[in-house]
Amino acid sequence: MTLAELSTQLQALQGSTVTATDHSKQGVNLDVTITSNMIPEVARLMGEAKFALEAITGVDWLAEQQIEIVYDFTCYATGVRVAARTRVSRETPEVASISAVHPGANWHERESHDFFGITFTGHPGLIPLLLPEDADFHPLRKDYGT
Amino acid sequence: MSIEAKSIHRETFVINLGPQHPATHGVLRIKLTMDGEYIDDAEPIIGYGHRMHEKMGENRTYAKFLPNTARMDYVAALFNSFGYVGAVERLAGITVPERAEYIRVITAELNRVASHLLWAGAFLIDLGGFTPLLYTFDDREQILDLLESVTGARLTFCYYRFGGVCNDIDDEFVAGTRQFITRLRSRMPMYHALITKNIIFRKRCEGIGPITADVCRRYGGTGPVLRGAGVAYDVRKAEPYSAYPQFDFNVPVYPESDCMARYLVRMDEIVESLRIIEQALDKLPAGPVMAEKVPRFLKPPKGECYFNVESARGSFGVRAISDGTDKAYRMKLRSPCFSNLSLFQECSRGMLLADALALLGSLDLVIPDIDR
Repeated sequence: MTLAELSTQLQALQGSTVTATDHSKQGVNLDVTITSNMIPEVARLMGEAKFALEAITGVDWLAEQQIEIVYDFTCYATGVRVAARTRVSRETPEVASISAVHPGANWHERESHDFFGITFTGHPGLIPLLLPEDADFHPLRKDYGT
Repeated sequence: MSIEAKSIHRETFVINLGPQHPATHGVLRIKLTMDGEYIDDAEPIIGYGHRMHEKMGENRTYAKFLPNTARMDYVAALFNSFGYVGAVERLAGITVPERAEYIRVITAELNRVASHLLWAGAFLIDLGGFTPLLYTFDDREQILDLLESVTGARLTFCYYRFGGVCNDIDDEFVAGTRQFITRLRSRMPMYHALITKNIIFRKRCEGIGPITADVCRRYGGTGPVLRGAGVAYDVRKAEPYSAYPQFDFNVPVYPESDCMARYLVRMDEIVESLRIIEQALDKLPAGPVMAEKVPRFLKPPKGECYFNVESARGSFGVRAISDGTDKAYRMKLRSPCFSNLSLFQECSRGMLLADALALLGSLDLVIPDIDR
């Protein structure tokens, strides 16, 4: 699948905005913004296009009362890099787990749950990964410790 | 024989490998569910060395976070610094002078060789062979001496700066590095005679611990693990950065997908790294080693970027977000070992425990890099 074909397929998803970015400036080739209910669709599409999930990054936007989740995908055959991002409410951050399609997401999602308190619905075992097993705090939230 | 076929009356028991165990090379715990000598399930339990580097990346200035980067993957510390300064330079739009890029490549590749040598010695210890460690550490020591002379540190280097490197290399370093290249090249046949051709080593590695290209893709496995599965993916080629496009080097690939393949990839990478260093020394341009006008209190404009490098263990990535202040808004650190370990549970299922330890060793894990 070429970059243009992938871009078209991602663009066809409901509520998505695809931007072709300058790799030398942003470090990614495509930046996809999408509603949180479409994340499983993106994951499936990226899996079919033989992309690997490299990382899941949470970002706490305190002023907007939102939490952003960025999924970094990369293709080993072509070196193409795609970032898919979505925003959920900070009160009840919830998004579907993609660990069934990308098993590597299992740990990334547990880590994001530790740090931001994001609930990944359908995750096989959303228990603390890096924090102590009884941790009930989310240290990367901007209001943590203040 | 599969686990199911062995007996109807199977009885499993749970044992812990680690968190303090010589074969885990750090505080890694693996909860093993065993069916006799065979592994039913091996669940890695991590986080014992977690220090929350990502938070520290947010609550101090960009420059103050620099020393932290060397304390994640301390066996190949320069790569973490490389990724971090690369991301910040991309955010702030800083152009690095060519001589500094060359010096970064030379020192980083020396670090890669040192890391692979340490791995080879430690891996052989895992398999029960003590002797090779004494040889690999002897060679690694030469590299540490060279790096110490220019960076001032032997392990936790803090050498790269936003816009270059903090110290120029001198003639003594160049001569010493050339001498070392000659020395290590002449020792490679010895390593192959000592390790590669050893029948016990081969029996412990050949056909043991398969990790296929598909498993790597599903779990995000990179580095020698991926190249040992026959995929020629190397960040230095796929997303060229720094001065790498100017050098001629190969990406070693072995399709066998076993422990032996991962070992051979690393041994070949040592040779390729020496080639890169030699070319960089030959073509080393004159000029400054720091960009001009890099503000002392760096405030990159609002924005976001991703930057990744090929570390000794795979793709190390940084996703940095700036809100225009002197501290990063978000500093995501993507560790290659994290993803490489996450595939262990699936791959070790049904293996003999002793073989699984070979598999674990062949992943080349640095636990503080996983925990961050």
